[in-house]
Amino acid sequence: MKTRVLIVDDEEEFVQALSERLTMRDYDVTTSLRGEDAVEKVRDYNFDVVVLDVSMPGMNGVETLREVKKLKPLTEVIMLTGHATVDSAIDGMKLGALDYLIKPCETEELITKINKAHDRKAEHEERIRDAKVKDIISSPRAALK
Amino acid sequence: MSGGLYAVSESSLQFFGAMTASISHEINNVLAIINENAGLLEDFTLMADKGVPIDPERLKTLAGKIMTQIRRADKIIKKMNKFAHSVDGPIKRVNLGDLIELVVALSNRFASMRGITLEVKHPPNPVIITTNVFFLENLLWLCLDLAMDVTGPDKKVTLSVETAGIGGVIRFSGLEDAHGRMSNIAGNDGLLGALKGKLDIDLETRDISVTLPSDINN
Repeated sequence: MKTRVLIVDDEEEFVQALSERLTMRDYDVTTSLRGEDAVEKVRDYNFDVVVLDVSMPGMNGVETLREVKKLKPLTEVIMLTGHATVDSAIDGMKLGALDYLIKPCETEELITKINKAHDRKAEHEERIRDAKVKDIISSPRAALK
Repeated sequence: MSGGLYAVSESSLQFFGAMTASISHEINNVLAIINENAGLLEDFTLMADKGVPIDPERLKTLAGKIMTQIRRADKIIKKMNKFAHSVDGPIKRVNLGDLIELVVALSNRFASMRGITLEVKHPPNPVIITTNVFFLENLLWLCLDLAMDVTGPDKKVTLSVETAGIGGVIRFSGLEDAHGRMSNIAGNDGLLGALKGKLDIDLETRDISVTLPSDINN
């Protein structure tokens, strides 16, 4: 199954080009130009990784991250930032973002981080599945309730 | 350094820092777009090496996108250069219309982040005064920052230049709730004093105006 990535950035040309490059590398890419729209997309669809710009009009990156984590705690978030907003990206990591990258970034570095984020989410999901299975085995009646 | 002068220096440094940080962010965005489009070109050449034909129209579109960003960067750098030279020989003759254009260009990113549009209205004839250009830019930024905080439902702040006696007036209109917030700027007596200017708030017309003498040396 392809890794499902949501790119969120108000710079449309950046989003288009990055989306095309990731699609060529076999990622399932969705794009969004605003934090509010990204939150709606996260609500409706199960992304593995969100690549999120820190500095956007309206709902900014950190606010968007909060909403994403509320809706889908297992979805991993990588923050994109300029030099002037690195502090916000670090705040984002305190709020649950996995990592951050400074624009302009090397595509290979972004891909490495996306893959790492995907693996981490898959690992979390597997642990949750294992815990549920153990729960069912130890208490089958509870599972039937 | 006296308290007033210290306050002006601190305000000026904060202003300079905020503007250069914003400009660096704009340049970063341009570089990021060029970087991804150049990366796409590289991807196409790698695919061509594997026998996938390249569509010349696609290459033309990508080259066009890169050129557009280069022109965008050129505008940003020109703006930065003009701003940096504001501190050369501090007291100069300046066309207030040109000055508010520069302040608006520097502030557009801040406005866009708040969902606000900035509009400039020029007078029929240029209003030229002799003043401390950098201090005036700083004061106008402080006024604009406040105006953006108290803008009305249209989310638009209009900056206009008018002649006042032998000086000039810069007006910020389209405001909604300026009352009680003026202390932020009114407290900045250092800048106003250095510019020999006067700041007024009109609660009826809901605007802020800065009146300046024609020559700061007189």
